[in-house]
Amino acid sequence: MSVLDSKVPAGPLAEKWNKHKADIKVVSPANKRKLDIIVIGTGLGGGAAAASLGELGYNVKVFCISDSPRRAHSIAAQGGINAAKHHQTDNDSVYRLFYDTIKGGDYRAREANVYRLAQVSNLIIDQCVAQGVPFARDYGGLLDNRSFGGAQVSRTFYARGQTGQQLLLGAYAALNRQIAKGTVKSYPRHEMLDLVLVDGKARGIITRNLVTGEIERFGAHAVIIASGGYGNVFFLSTNAMNSNGSAAWQCYKKGAMFANPCFTQIHPTCIPVHGTQQSKLTLMSESLRNDGRIWVPKRKEDVEKLRKKEIKASQIPEDQRDYYLERRYPAFGNLVPRDVASRAAKERCDAGFGVNDTGLAVFLDFSTAIARLGKEIISQRYGNLFQMYEKITDVNPYEEPMMIYPAVHYTMGGIWVDYNLMTTIPGLYALGEANFSDHGANRLGASALMQGLADGYFVIPYTIGDYLSKDIQTPKIDTNTPEFDAAEKAVREKIAKLLAIQGTRSVDDIHKELGHIMWNYVGMARNKAGLTKAMELIRELRGKFWKEVRIPGTNEEFNQELEKALRLADFLELGELMARDALNREESCGGHFREEYQTEEGEALRDDEHFSYVAVWENKGENAEPVLHKEELHFENIKVAQRNYKD
Amino acid sequence: MNLKLKIWRQKSAKEQGRFEEYHVENISPDTSFLEMLDILNNNLIHEGKEPVVFDHDCREGICGMCSLFIDGRAHGPDDDITTCQLHMRKFKDGDTITIEPWRSAAFPIIKDLAVDRSAFDKILQAGGFISVNTGGVPDANAIPIPKKDADESMDASACIGCGACVATCKNGSAMLFVAARVSALAKLPQGRVEAARRAKAMVAKMDELGFGGCTNTGACEAECPKGISISHIARLNREFLAAKLKD
Repeated sequence: MSVLDSKVPAGPLAEKWNKHKADIKVVSPANKRKLDIIVIGTGLGGGAAAASLGELGYNVKVFCISDSPRRAHSIAAQGGINAAKHHQTDNDSVYRLFYDTIKGGDYRAREANVYRLAQVSNLIIDQCVAQGVPFARDYGGLLDNRSFGGAQVSRTFYARGQTGQQLLLGAYAALNRQIAKGTVKSYPRHEMLDLVLVDGKARGIITRNLVTGEIERFGAHAVIIASGGYGNVFFLSTNAMNSNGSAAWQCYKKGAMFANPCFTQIHPTCIPVHGTQQSKLTLMSESLRNDGRIWVPKRKEDVEKLRKKEIKASQIPEDQRDYYLERRYPAFGNLVPRDVASRAAKERCDAGFGVNDTGLAVFLDFSTAIARLGKEIISQRYGNLFQMYEKITDVNPYEEPMMIYPAVHYTMGGIWVDYNLMTTIPGLYALGEANFSDHGANRLGASALMQGLADGYFVIPYTIGDYLSKDIQTPKIDTNTPEFDAAEKAVREKIAKLLAIQGTRSVDDIHKELGHIMWNYVGMARNKAGLTKAMELIRELRGKFWKEVRIPGTNEEFNQELEKALRLADFLELGELMARDALNREESCGGHFREEYQTEEGEALRDDEHFSYVAVWENKGENAEPVLHKEELHFENIKVAQRNYKD
Repeated sequence: MNLKLKIWRQKSAKEQGRFEEYHVENISPDTSFLEMLDILNNNLIHEGKEPVVFDHDCREGICGMCSLFIDGRAHGPDDDITTCQLHMRKFKDGDTITIEPWRSAAFPIIKDLAVDRSAFDKILQAGGFISVNTGGVPDANAIPIPKKDADESMDASACIGCGACVATCKNGSAMLFVAARVSALAKLPQGRVEAARRAKAMVAKMDELGFGGCTNTGACEAECPKGISISHIARLNREFLAAKLKD
């Protein structure tokens, strides 16, 4: 038997979660007070978990790298959150949301987890409304919905273009209430630098105070990682500048296995790269595809004129425009899933139809919608996004179409977890983007918020009790033990080693080089030769990093270069694992596209016979190759099929 | 573009700060302001000097982490945006740009351009929430909310907690920040229940933390990157008065 036990309960799919909740143990209020839980990260997963566990009466310590829990990157999610409320009577249901999510993920997610996600989705909306989240409403006072990619129903709840912000403010408010009550203690500007195991169980962490540089120890009965994704391995991404994979990576190095690291989401609608001095890419919400139509010119001569700025997009007549998504995918049109839309944009640009001077851009056009609905309605729906676009590009999208191009946005891969969201280390849990569990090889739009809050509000508060019920006799975790000594010493040595290098290159300089390797070989299109080369190049760059990086200043101060260097050191290892995983997966599925495996029409070609599994990697130490374990995926409730968004 | 930068450098909260001059060259007008600072910092590192510390994160104008007083204006010379959304095309080749941290008694400087805004968290911990636990809440559509009220709540809830209002106010008042949260919740039936208590608790905490009083100059509204209206301050005052009358 595999070392991986997913702990999926027996019984019919729809009854698994309720049955499981009935079967697992609970901890009495008197005992909860004696148990400590550490939560890393304050986004929707971590914030919701910390608040909910505090409400239950556990002693919670919550850590974030920002100056306030409210700044976690969940805040930047724009478009919305899915739920199977079926308010639009368009034949939506828990089953349909489940089905769309499994299909959207290209049949590489675990059925039971995804079904539970769909089941609790409705509770999330109720919870957020009760917290005062100002979701959009119709004139009758009831909640409004919009549509998102990969679905033919309208199930996305939203708060203008700031849904993530509003949901996070709800979780942050719940967290603040617990901080005031004293059940949760908040540690902003603290970064987790190591996980501490005692007798094989997660029992604490080592942190660095980002303001003073102080290295501190914290013990707990359980540790929850909700530190987000690792998209910044690409240097340029839509992730916040400080988003990083380090907390998750420390867990991997301590024995938590890492699942599907190569599953990266390249989001189709981002503002194109403008030059080499760029630090960050900006997302334009998927919700824009409700009313925006994506196109490039049909004729190369129009492309040439656009690039030379001799004509404007609006001057190209309707019959000379190639609305390529509507042409290729009539049933879903502009609302195909993200991976499909991204590849289609790349295909047109590779064929020479890119509409800007770099040749890497397509149009997202609102003229049809403005003609149909009027500028006022479009402004109500997307005003803040249009304003953001204009501030960045100096182009008014009410008059000329937006230019967009795919960019790294989200990582479906992450720490492997079982049905209880526990990793392969007892007492260590992973929530939200930091785990791998729900989105398979491609996440649908408006599902990240749903998963973060589902994990934080409605899953972990139940499942952690089952584990902690066996720990009620364990006293407070003593941090003056050899295990904590060793972990702290290792952290101090790593920092000292980095500071001592005093080479010639800045952290950003090396990070940009890593980003180029990742984008060119582990990006939207991958192949065997490229991935093999990427692994070599990353190893080489890692060697250079440890010889050539220059970090000014000391540990004992606010040192942003040191923070970045510690994160880059981990990205330089994680990047290699991503390439290794992509090389192993000899099929195309979702966001993972291997050029060798495609249909005649250029669609992703899965190999269910050989690759219908979660690839789970176990660290074997610095100089040894990681070992691959497989969690076979069984689809008992869904017929596995070639994804079809055409009819 | 070639630019001269006058940047506030300060080692720590305890030490004296001063302006230092830097030059950056060949900056594209399409570069964002913070990318320009990234370029400066990389140059400084290559020269063996200490880079300038500044807070930033999402670079999309929503996390509220970036700050900066640029040429005497919070978030610089453009309206309705944060510093991270400011682009160099708003400046001219050869300009001298002065960059300072937020300056307020309640926001002590940590280093260079980064300040400590934890006072905002403390104000919200005093009452900026609705007292409900996870689960056991009514159906989301059980209480219809007039679209106008939901929209007004959303207007107020757009606050990103950046602190531009405090930094801009000559009194260092946090009234717009407090009012936005009080208003966002008071406009909803779910938040109405605790509205008076909330207003009172948050105002008391604000006063305790050393923020100044409001004299209705409207500077906060003018510099708010999210265009939060000072009409929310009037609502806060009403809630506060109602709470006091009940005492």
